[in-house]
Parts: sequence; C-alpha cells; structure tokens
Amino acid sequence: MTQQRKAVALISGGLDSLLAAKVMLEQGIHVEGINFFTGFCVEGHTHAIRKKDKAKPKRNNALWSAEQLGIKLHIIDIVEEYKDVLLNPKHGYGANMNPCLDCKIFMVQKALEWAEKKGFDFIITGEVIGQRPMSQRKDTMPVVARESGAQERLLRPLCAKNLSPTLPEREGWVSRDSLYGFSGRNRKPQMALAAEFGFEEYASPAGGCCFLTDEAYSRKLVDLWQGRGNREYEMDDIMLLKVGRHIRPAPHFKLIVSREEGENNFLMGYKKQFIHMYTTSHPGPMVLVDGEPAESDLLLAARIAARYSKGKMAERVTVEIHKPGEEPYSVEVEPLGPTELKDKWMI
Amino acid sequence: MKYELDARRLLCPMPVIRTQNRVEELAPGDTLEVVCTDPGVVNDIPAWCRINGHRVLETREASGEITLLIEVGEA
Ligand code: SF4
Repeated sequence: MTQQRKAVALISGGLDSLLAAKVMLEQGIHVEGINFFTGFCVEGHTHAIRKKDKAKPKRNNALWSAEQLGIKLHIIDIVEEYKDVLLNPKHGYGANMNPCLDCKIFMVQKALEWAEKKGFDFIITGEVIGQRPMSQRKDTMPVVARESGAQERLLRPLCAKNLSPTLPEREGWVSRDSLYGFSGRNRKPQMALAAEFGFEEYASPAGGCCFLTDEAYSRKLVDLWQGRGNREYEMDDIMLLKVGRHIRPAPHFKLIVSREEGENNFLMGYKKQFIHMYTTSHPGPMVLVDGEPAESDLLLAARIAARYSKGKMAERVTVEIHKPGEEPYSVEVEPLGPTELKDKWMI
Repeated sequence: MKYELDARRLLCPMPVIRTQNRVEELAPGDTLEVVCTDPGVVNDIPAWCRINGHRVLETREASGEITLLIEVGEA
C-alpha cells in the first residue's frame, strides 16, 4: 500500500481555499487546515461589536470551511510577528495598507514550519493567477514559492495547470490531470466547481481577507501612526480602529465616538485606559479621547460629544469627563455647530 | 483532571485560539471550563470542538459571561 500523503491547506474562509482543499481530499490526500490571525482579519470582531449585526448568526468562515470539508483546523495567532510584515514589507503595499505579497510569503513560510514539525509533505493554497492584482499574478506566484522557502512543496490546485509541475505532481502523489487551470478575475469556474462539490452559502469577501485592503481603515491606521509619531501598535489599537467615528481636531489628540449601542458597550470596555466622556443632560454617545489633550482640548471634545448627542440643538449640554484614576467632573458646554465641525477632522 | 481558562474581554477568534492552545496540553478525558464575554464563542468554540474531535458538555450564559465546558477528545 502506498503511503497516504499529507497536505496542510491555508484556509482563509473564502471559497477558493475551500475548493483547493476539497480538490486534494478528492485525490485521497490527508488534509488539515491552517488559518492565521493577524489581528486585521475581517472575521468576527465587528459583527460582535455592532448591535445591528448581532441578530444575524455570526460564524467564523474558516471554521465553517473546515467543517464542510471534514478536516481539522489549526488557528495560529501571528499578531506579534505580523507587525514586521506590515511595517516593513519588502514588496510594498497594495492599493491601501495591505502588504499582500509579503503577507502571503509569511503565511506560506509559517505553514511550512508547521508542516515540517508535524510531518506533512506539502502545502496548498487557493491562489488563482490573476485573481488579485498584487499577490496573485503569474510573476508573483514563483516569488511566494521561493521566498517562503516552500519552493516545490507549494501546490495551488486551482491554477496548477498554468504553472510548472510541483513536487507532489512529479512524485505522483497527486494527479496533475485532475488539477485546474483557473485564471483571471472571473469567478464562474469556481462557482461551478462549488456547485459540483455541493457547497452552498460560502463566503465571498469582496476586497480581500483583511481590513488592510479597506481604504477607510487604512486611512485611520496611517493617521494613528502620524498622531503618535511612531508606527507601533497594539491589539487594542487595531480593534479601536474598527469602531466608531474617528475625529482628530488637532495632531495631538483624537476622539472615538460611538455610533450605536453595541459600539457604546464596546468602548465602555476601554474606560480604564482612556480619558472618556459622555453627555449626562441628554442621551448621547460614549467618547474616548486618545493622545495628550490639554484642558481646553477636552472642552472642545465635550462640545463635539454634545454635537453627537440628542442635545445637539440645546443651548447647553452637560458632559461628564473621566480621566483614568481621577474623580470625574462635569462641564456645561454649547454643542459644536454644524459648520464648526470641520470635514478635515474626520478621519 | 479539570482545568479552567479565562478568555474574558477577548474577541473572536482569540478565545478559540486560547482554547485550542490549552487543549493541546491536556489529555483525552480532561475537561476545560472556558469563560468568555464575546457572544461569538457560542458558535465558534462548539464548531472548533466538532472539527477537532472534542465535546462541549455544557454552555451557560449569565450576566454577560458565557461559560463552556469542554471534554478533550482523542488526539
Ligand atoms: S488581504 Fe490582508 S490577509 Fe489577505 S493577503 Fe492581503 S494583507 Fe494578507
């Protein structure tokens, strides 16, 4: 009996990685999934935060994919190591702050380390040539294979026929004839294959797998770095950028204003770490202040908080200000007028 | 053996990752009680358990905290 070969599949939660893994299972390969958490992943968080999304059943698409496939899934926390990928991408950024090519190389490299430790023979991804402008091009495919160190042990079942044969194909572990030659942005072949395999309700993320492909998110990230004068970030920073309205009236401080109850509750969780304020004379949002505001800045912040409260038309609004470790105090302010709230403050 | 894990204030998928890493150190038959605050765990931890051959024996929700009792399966 021939030895059953083992492959580790990068599972993002999207359709392509689901199909790639399925194609391998169909060929009798033992497949286990690996999913990387960078902190910027679209999965989970925001759904948990925003109240309107709470009604919808939320699922983690990577776990869902693994369950559809009947394979194990290992989720790896790469938040710390990913910082270097994001801050110093050798191959630069895509349209926004997404370092997709370096990210892919890094993930394949981590998957390779994992595979070597666990005695797996090769790595598969759901990449398709021409699917994504930055990381999935004919000329970048070999770059990922080479720079990750995976070389010939990296197989892309969905577009393998457009690439040179890899080790699993040459050794006959998988049959090249049963692999695919998808290319380009057309999703029809994948959808047809999904139907053939009987997959329904799969996730189809529009831009990419993470917030870094999002323009508004990238803008807030760059603003955070500029505001602080350095590019360090922690998990809390990444999370807070996903929540609320971000308003920077001056370089040295910004406000995060909740937009609804779910965000309100989420921001409440940070009240021990941040200066925060809310209106007490009228219902209004929770406001966190990040940076180093002077007392006069806090008065401006209070006027902005009042502007987003139900008292925005009132003459005076009372705002309670809390500084970590100090007694809270109240101020009475006039809500900021519509023309006083400058567009350029909005991040 | 019975073990506990505090995954409060963590957002998904972090509670799942912490659970996974902890379960890896335990033996079949051990139980792990995980306390969380992100409501997403009600779906994610059971899904993770089903996939990886572990069992959720009990799920409790009280005052914003969700507690899951997991029995570690065969590796
Ligand atoms: S979209 Fe994000 S997670 Fe996906 S390859 Fe690009 S940088 Fe990496």
